[in-house]
Amino acid sequence: MKKTCVCAMLAMAFLVSRTMAQTPPSAESILARTDQNAVSGNKIILSEMTIHGRRDSRSIASKSWIQGKDKAFTEYLAPAREKGIKMLKLGDQLWTYSPDADRTISISGHLLRQSVMGSDLSYEDMLEDRELQTIYNARVVGEETALERPCWVLELTSKGEEVAYYSRKVWVDKERFVVLREEMYAKSNKLLKTFEVKSVIRVQGRWVQNVLVFKDVLKGGEGTEFKITAIEFDAALPEALFTKASLRK
Amino acid sequence: MISFLFKGILRDRTRSLFPFLIVLAGVFLTVAMHGYVKGLETSVTRFSANLRHGHVKVMTRAYAKEAEQLPNDLALTDVAALLADLQKAYPGFAWMPRIQFGGLLDIPDDRGETKSQAPVAGLAADFLTPSSQEPRLLDLQKALVRGHLPLKAGEILISDELAQKLKVKLGEKATLISSTMHGSMTMKNFVISGTIRFGIRAMDRIGIIADLADIQDALDMRDAAGEVLGFFGDGIYRQPEADEMARAYNTRFSGKADDFLPVMQTLAEQPGMNIMIDWMKYATSLIILIFLVPMSLVLWNAGLIGSLRRHGEYGLRLAIGEDKGHVYRSMMAESLLIGILGSIAGTALGLALSYYLQVKGIDISSMMKNITMMMPTVLHSQITPVSFVIGFIPGLLGSISGTAIAGLRIYKRQTSQLFKELET
Repeated sequence: MKKTCVCAMLAMAFLVSRTMAQTPPSAESILARTDQNAVSGNKIILSEMTIHGRRDSRSIASKSWIQGKDKAFTEYLAPAREKGIKMLKLGDQLWTYSPDADRTISISGHLLRQSVMGSDLSYEDMLEDRELQTIYNARVVGEETALERPCWVLELTSKGEEVAYYSRKVWVDKERFVVLREEMYAKSNKLLKTFEVKSVIRVQGRWVQNVLVFKDVLKGGEGTEFKITAIEFDAALPEALFTKASLRK
Repeated sequence: MISFLFKGILRDRTRSLFPFLIVLAGVFLTVAMHGYVKGLETSVTRFSANLRHGHVKVMTRAYAKEAEQLPNDLALTDVAALLADLQKAYPGFAWMPRIQFGGLLDIPDDRGETKSQAPVAGLAADFLTPSSQEPRLLDLQKALVRGHLPLKAGEILISDELAQKLKVKLGEKATLISSTMHGSMTMKNFVISGTIRFGIRAMDRIGIIADLADIQDALDMRDAAGEVLGFFGDGIYRQPEADEMARAYNTRFSGKADDFLPVMQTLAEQPGMNIMIDWMKYATSLIILIFLVPMSLVLWNAGLIGSLRRHGEYGLRLAIGEDKGHVYRSMMAESLLIGILGSIAGTALGLALSYYLQVKGIDISSMMKNITMMMPTVLHSQITPVSFVIGFIPGLLGSISGTAIAGLRIYKRQTSQLFKELET
């Protein structure tokens, strides 16, 4: 009798686990966990961006100080022509400083659609800091593999607010809740940009996409590879860094 | 007989003044219209060539495909070597590297903050090399409203309308915000040395002109240029020669799949220009034809009426024994004289008006406020060798043919009926 009970309990546990594995969590909960993973406190990032243009490839090194999702300060370190260019993001405002012209310019209006340093990313992409769950309705449309990891495939459609991309298709790692692939579409359903993660590492207990490739589908070339060479979480960041005055220093 | 008829025309104005005035008016309108249409055709072609297209243009294949977007990331590189090659291959041509670019012009206040800002469309050409032909080609001295042309690096010209919109004065600093050849945002400070009015609506709103070396530096385009414009040595565009030259040049690179190899296009092959040149040709011919035919008909009709008005006179001349052939020939000679005199006077007046319009032009800017097409806002007439003779076609043919047809009635008149006709 005791043996039969144990067998029945094991069978039930197996069935429950099977059922749980087949039933995806709600799209909202996947998005919530993805957003939670993407947004972290303070961090300092050293990165290298390689832009594969139609004619040649070039690399740009930069250092970014990021506080939450609203504040970011970036200084370009190389090559010589870009060295000293700084960018400051405060909420939905963006400024850039050019040491050659000794001018600080607010990037707004149609300038936001311009490419950042000739890459496949636009300033609008850089400013996009709202959590996905707040601006998109989501539904799970399938399960696929990306970067050899099982993923939920989510289809996101704008809730009606003004967004850079009307809809997106997102591949989220089932276990780590990290976005591994993304396609961005216009309202006409035309594919505008893609984003593909090439490597994910674990730093200070967090999963970090450290090699990514962005591709502006409407632009020639092989896309822009973004590589994080060093990252430090929970770094102490002076508040004075996130002011317009610091751009000229 | 000619001097007799000539005296008759001068002394008896009741029979010659009306036909003379009709021929004069018709010829005057024909000559003036021909000069205006030819001037329009030449103005538009010359403006387009000098400002944007050249008589031929060399670009990369990739740039040529997207030329309307001014894709400086696809610009020509090693331009010095390319220019040397072009000058060697086509010694009679003048070659001008140019960069067309877009961006924002930002005017700072005392604290360096943005005071005003506007989108601009820029043109960079070599103005600082003393032997450069660019200031002449772009007619900048004439276009200058205030200030002076760039005399040193870092000086730019902006359109007078833009200067007023930005509330900027001469000598003030302006920052150009644009994209480098590699797509990065770039900022470069300039000093506004002068303001200009191009006479081209699109450029008058948002145009800026800068030296090539300055823009090459600003856009990270060292030894690069968006396009190299070629001009015939005598400044006159000849389509067949340009076609042959472009065909021979492009054959040198045929069979190679590199998108960054140079390609040569003629003025007529460039976007929008083929339609415009064809349209101008057809329109010119059509306008002249439309004008010539009715004018010939009017003058023919005037010849007819003139002859019919003098029905009685011819009857009397026949009645007193003048030979029908002699009357007919004298009518024709008189008509020829009136045609020649009217045509000479009409051509002289038409040429005088054309010359005035060739020098002064007609300002059509008020009609082009919302037109962004590259069109001159001041249209000039043009006197060509054809202007001296075109008026004689309706002037002579119309009046002579009218008289010739009307005069045939003379041969149908019966001598027995003449006195009866005279009695009535």
